[in-house]
Amino acid sequence: MALDKATVARIATLARIKVPDAEQAHLAGELSQILSWIEQLNEVETSGVEPMSGGAAVAMSLAMREDAVSDGGRRDDILANAPAAANGFFAVPKVVE
Amino acid sequence: MAELTELTLADARAGLAAKKFSARELTAAYIAAMAKARPLNAFITETPERALAMADASDKRLARGAALPLEGMPLAIKDLFCTEGVRTTAGSRILDGFKPPYESTVTAKLWQAGAVMLGKSNMDEFAMGSSNMTSAYGKVENPWRRRGDNRPLVPGGSSGGSAAAVAARAAIAATGTDTGGSIRQPASFCGIVGLKPTYGRCSRRGIVAFASSLDQAGPMTRDVRDAALMLQAMAGHDPRDSTSADEPVPDFAAALTLDLAGLRVGIPREYRVDGMPADIEKLWQSGIDWLKAWGAQPVEISLKLTKYALPAYYIIAPAEASSNLARYDGVRFGLRVPGETLDEMYENTRAQGFGAEVKRRILIGTYVLSAGYYDAYYLKAQQVRTLIARDFDAAFRQCDVILTPTTPSAAFAAGEKMDDPIAMYLNDVFTVPANLAGLPALSVPAGLSGDGLLPLGLQVIGRHFDEATVLRVGQAIELAAGFTVRPQFIAGSAR
Repeated sequence: MALDKATVARIATLARIKVPDAEQAHLAGELSQILSWIEQLNEVETSGVEPMSGGAAVAMSLAMREDAVSDGGRRDDILANAPAAANGFFAVPKVVE
Repeated sequence: MAELTELTLADARAGLAAKKFSARELTAAYIAAMAKARPLNAFITETPERALAMADASDKRLARGAALPLEGMPLAIKDLFCTEGVRTTAGSRILDGFKPPYESTVTAKLWQAGAVMLGKSNMDEFAMGSSNMTSAYGKVENPWRRRGDNRPLVPGGSSGGSAAAVAARAAIAATGTDTGGSIRQPASFCGIVGLKPTYGRCSRRGIVAFASSLDQAGPMTRDVRDAALMLQAMAGHDPRDSTSADEPVPDFAAALTLDLAGLRVGIPREYRVDGMPADIEKLWQSGIDWLKAWGAQPVEISLKLTKYALPAYYIIAPAEASSNLARYDGVRFGLRVPGETLDEMYENTRAQGFGAEVKRRILIGTYVLSAGYYDAYYLKAQQVRTLIARDFDAAFRQCDVILTPTTPSAAFAAGEKMDDPIAMYLNDVFTVPANLAGLPALSVPAGLSGDGLLPLGLQVIGRHFDEATVLRVGQAIELAAGFTVRPQFIAGSAR
């Protein structure tokens, strides 16, 4: 499937990556090339085949543990990496007028 | 005495135990080698002070007779492993300034085993690449050069810094991670041993996630025995990684018996791809002959869906990456590029913070997961993945291990495959299937390319959780191949 500029702009918005208008056409070409190569998968008959999700050969059952706090209480350690923090919180641009 | 940096991990360990040298002397030799290796750009961050402090602690334990399994061994750690208090970049600008407040499980286990951290090794950005050229910290140079051609070559990727450091004797061993070949392909390009363990064998906790159903940590070493010793320390169940397997960890070094009598070695017909270079074909045949001489029995097998592994991978891996990399938003860590609104801040941060290849994969991943395309792409790829895993299951009823080349070519020059993303992706044609099926796979240096005299690896793929047999076969290949050629650039120096 060939992607057009508008589709590239839409997925860039979904992915929250600014793609300047001038780069969209080039990117559309590159992504289309990759997708058309990927489409050879349509040659494989897969009806009724269970999709494999996860990397374990035999699906592992998730381990259960006691529902108790096992870690945490490290607010300051975590905020130390934040580009902006205030009063013990992550700080972001104003979202409510 | 031979140069300290020439010793394998096993020999250095014996030398320390026999008090032929101290852990501090060994680490100091590697710190000097690491500095001398700077033209390769194999390290993003060097941690010499920490290394010496860790070596001194090793010397104290050695003096008390309480040596640990990897006591005093100076390692390069791929910069994808979180190391407490030490900058961790994943090769990306978007993690600018990030110092993890915790240690990854695998590195914690290595330090608990007495190993020493030399520094953090360079890599393709977020482990996405096969050349190390996508690193925001500059490309890594392969310590090997082609005969009669002085152009720098890529070390492979994404664990290219680790591979270059081990090959150039600037680290005794290293950690890597492998999502589609990122340990085995650079190991093959740099003439070292690289092992991708079974999915779930090593904890992924604290490893910056790329594609969570494929990522696996593993050792990169100068010989097969060293890979066994490293894996021993890295492996094991971790309750803090829900995909880590609660499986017993055998004694991997004890499995290196060279007893291959009656072992069935599968040779997959579909790996004879069109246009495979004659030297690789020949090396593969040598591998078959060597294993026969050890008493193993070659069996032709079929892995019908081999050609669909790469396209399936290039849906599944970008899809998982687009989800995993959503966390880099300029809020909690790393780079922030201001914007008028919160959304614009996200968009600006991610536009400047990610490189071209990472953006490409996030966009592909976003597209194949988006409404209307999910079934056609993502679900389809997951179904093909099931069929690929079944192909291996069927093959392992006829054979005990599978032997293939590691890569379809030797190392290439920087820039040679940069124009076409798909040509770059094809590097992983022989390595990706083992990731999709979650199987352990090892690359062993086995010979030199016909024209450029560059290292080439053979790959041994095994059953789930059967790294022991994979390593045993790998050592037989190693001994038969007698690969003793050294790269042109050696950083290690006399004490």
